[in-house]
Amino acid sequence: MSPIYIPRRKFIRGAIATAAFGATSQLWAGCTEQAPTNTANTGAPSTSGSPAAALLTIGFVYVGPKDDFGYSQAHYEGETAIAKLPNVKTVSEASVAETATVQETMLSMINQNNVSALFPTSFGYFDPHILKVAAANPKVQFFHCGGMYTEGKHPKNIGSYYGYIDEAEYVAGVVAGLTTKTGKLGFVAAKPIPQVVRNINSYTLGARSVNPKVTVQVIFTGDWSVPVKEAEAANSMVDQGVDVLTCHVDSPKVVMETAEKRKIFCTGYHANQSKLAPNGYLTGAEWDWTSVYTQYVEWFKAGKSVTDGGIPHLVRGGLKEKFCKVSPFGSAVSAATKKEAEKVLAKFMDGSMVIYAGEIKDNTGKVVIAKGKEYKQTDLDLEKMDWFVEGVIGNVKS
Amino acid sequence: MTDDTLGWMSVPLAIVAGTFRGSAPFLFVSLGECLTEKAGKINLGLEGTLLTGAMTAYAVSYLTKSPWLGVLAAGLAGVGLGLIHAWLSQRPRVSDVAVGIAMIIFGSGIAFFFGKAFIQPKAIPLPVFELGNWSSYPQVQDALKISPLLLIGIVIAPVMQWFFSSTRWGLYVRAVGDSPSAARAMGISVVGVRTGAIVAGSFLAGIGGASLSLYYPGLWSERISSGQGLMAVALVIFARWQPIHCLWAALLFGGAQAIGPSLQAVGISSYRYLFNAAPYIMTLIITIATCSPRRTLSGSPGALGTNE
Repeated sequence: MSPIYIPRRKFIRGAIATAAFGATSQLWAGCTEQAPTNTANTGAPSTSGSPAAALLTIGFVYVGPKDDFGYSQAHYEGETAIAKLPNVKTVSEASVAETATVQETMLSMINQNNVSALFPTSFGYFDPHILKVAAANPKVQFFHCGGMYTEGKHPKNIGSYYGYIDEAEYVAGVVAGLTTKTGKLGFVAAKPIPQVVRNINSYTLGARSVNPKVTVQVIFTGDWSVPVKEAEAANSMVDQGVDVLTCHVDSPKVVMETAEKRKIFCTGYHANQSKLAPNGYLTGAEWDWTSVYTQYVEWFKAGKSVTDGGIPHLVRGGLKEKFCKVSPFGSAVSAATKKEAEKVLAKFMDGSMVIYAGEIKDNTGKVVIAKGKEYKQTDLDLEKMDWFVEGVIGNVKS
Repeated sequence: MTDDTLGWMSVPLAIVAGTFRGSAPFLFVSLGECLTEKAGKINLGLEGTLLTGAMTAYAVSYLTKSPWLGVLAAGLAGVGLGLIHAWLSQRPRVSDVAVGIAMIIFGSGIAFFFGKAFIQPKAIPLPVFELGNWSSYPQVQDALKISPLLLIGIVIAPVMQWFFSSTRWGLYVRAVGDSPSAARAMGISVVGVRTGAIVAGSFLAGIGGASLSLYYPGLWSERISSGQGLMAVALVIFARWQPIHCLWAALLFGGAQAIGPSLQAVGISSYRYLFNAAPYIMTLIITIATCSPRRTLSGSPGALGTNE
C-alpha cells in the first residue's frame, strides 16, 4: 500500500475544523458547570422568589414506548399530568435500554435541559447507572421506582418510591375467583423477583378468599418483553382450561389480546387495558403515578429535597395513598361479584385490610406465616418474598 | 369445561400448535436467506427487514383496513431494504457481513421510528383457516387455526427447490453463488443476478414480518422479533441451503419455541430457563456442529463469504 498522502491545504482545513470543534466543546463544558447552580435555584428555598426563576424541569426516562398499554405508559400518564402544573416543565426519553445508554440519557438531561430532578422509571436503571450518575451530580435529585435505597451505602440524593399494587391485585383476584368457571386462573410472569412473586401471591390469596378451590398457574417467560413467548404462554394455559388470565410483564397487550381471542376473561396490569378486551376484561391493577408525581412536585415547590432529608428516601403507599387503583369493572362482572369486590376495596381504603395475615402456607405445605402473625404492607420481609402461597402452581426457584 | 382439558397430552398438542402458529417468520426469513446465500451473498440484515416488515404490515393494515395490503406493503418494504443491501454489499472491498449488521440497525431504526404511532392502535389481523372443526376439543380446534401465510410458505419451499434444480434461472443463481468467474464467463451478469436474489429474499423476509404482526402474536411492538431473523440465518446452514430442509427446520424452531411455556402450563417448571432458551440453544448447537474452519460444508455455495 502507498503511504497516505494528505494535501497541505486539506490538512490545514482539517486542523481549523478540529480547533473550532474543540472550542465549541469548551463552551459546552462551560454550560455544564452552570447547570448545577441553576438546579440549586429551583431545588432550594428560592421558590419563594420570582415565579420565572422557579421553573422546575423534571426528567423522565422510560424503558419502553410511552403508549405500550403497560409499565411505561402508566408512568407517562403521570408525567403528562404534572407537565400541566404551573411552572413545571418535563423532558423525557422512551425506549432507553438498561445499559450505559441510560447514563448518557440522564447526563444529557442534566447538562442540556438543566433538570433538577430525574425519574428513571425502570428497575434495572438503578444499579449501577443511577448510583454512578447520582454520585457525580450531587445537586440533582434522583427518584427510582421500586428501588432499594440503603442509608449510608447509596448517595444521599437518591430517593425510592413504589406502590403496594398487590392490594389492587388482591381485589382483582377476588373478582377473578368469583368469575372463573373452571377454577383455574393463569398468570404470565416475567421474572421470579419479589415484586412479581408478591403480586402473584396477593392475587391468589384474593381469589382463594372467595373461592378456596381456585388454583393459579404461573408461567415465567424470562424477560420483561417477549411477545412471542407471552402469547405462547397464554395459549398453552388456555389449552389447560384456564379461564381467567393476568400477567406481570412490561406490556400486557399480548396477554389481554390473546385472552380475548380465545374467548376467556382477563384482568389487567399497569394501565387500563379494557379497550384491548372489551368482552373479557374484568378489572385490573393500575398504577396511579399521577398522584405520586403531583406529590413530589408539591414537595419540590415547598423547597424540600431528598438530599437534605426533606423528602423521605423511601416513599411507599397502596390503594389508600392513591399509589394504585382498580380498573372500572367490565361488563362480564356480575352484580354480586362487584359488591364483594367493593367490600374488600373499602377495607383497603379504611386501612383495616391485611393481606398477609397468618396462617399462610406456601405451596409445598410449609407454614410461612404463623397463626396470629400479621405482616403489614410496610414490612420489609414482604419485599424479599421468595415463596408461593398455597394454590399457586409453579415455583420461584427453577 | 373442566372435563375437556387434556392434561399432559396438551404438551405435544401445544408444541404442534406452536409449530403452526410460530414457524411462519422462521420459514419466510430462512427461504429468503437461502435464496440470497445461493447467489453467494449473506444478508444478516434480515432481522431488520423482519422488523420493518412487521411494522409496515401493521401500519398499512391499520390505515387501509386491509391486512393483505399490509402483507404486500411488508414485502415491498423488504424490497426497499434489499435494494440498499444489494447495492452496498456489491461495492468493491465491502464485506456483506458488515453491511448486514449495519442493515439490522438501520432496519430496526426505521421500524421503531415509524412504528411509534402504531404501538397502540389495533390493526386488522389476517384471516385464518379453521381446519380443526372436526374435533370436539376446543384446544385442537384452536391449534388448527392455520395462517394463510404459513400455507403460502409451505408452497414456496418446494417451488424454490424446483427452481434451483430445474430452471435456467435457478442455474444462474447457483452458478453465481458457486463460481462467479465461471458465471461471468458464461455471460451471466453476476451483479444483476445477486441483486435479484437479495431483493427477492428480502421481499420474503418482509412477509415473514407481516406474519408476526398480523397473525401471531398479532401486534406491533419493538421487541416483536426477539432475534428470530438472526436465528433464521443459522437455520439456513442447518438446512444445508436446501429450501425444502428450510421448511422442516422452520417447523422445528417454531415448535421449540412452545416447549418452555407448554411444560410450565402443566406444572413442570424445573429447568424452565433451559426450556425457554430452547430455540437459542438449538441455534448455538447447530452453529457449532456445522461450522468448521477446516472444511467447507456440503451444499455450501462456493463463493459464500469469499467477497468474490
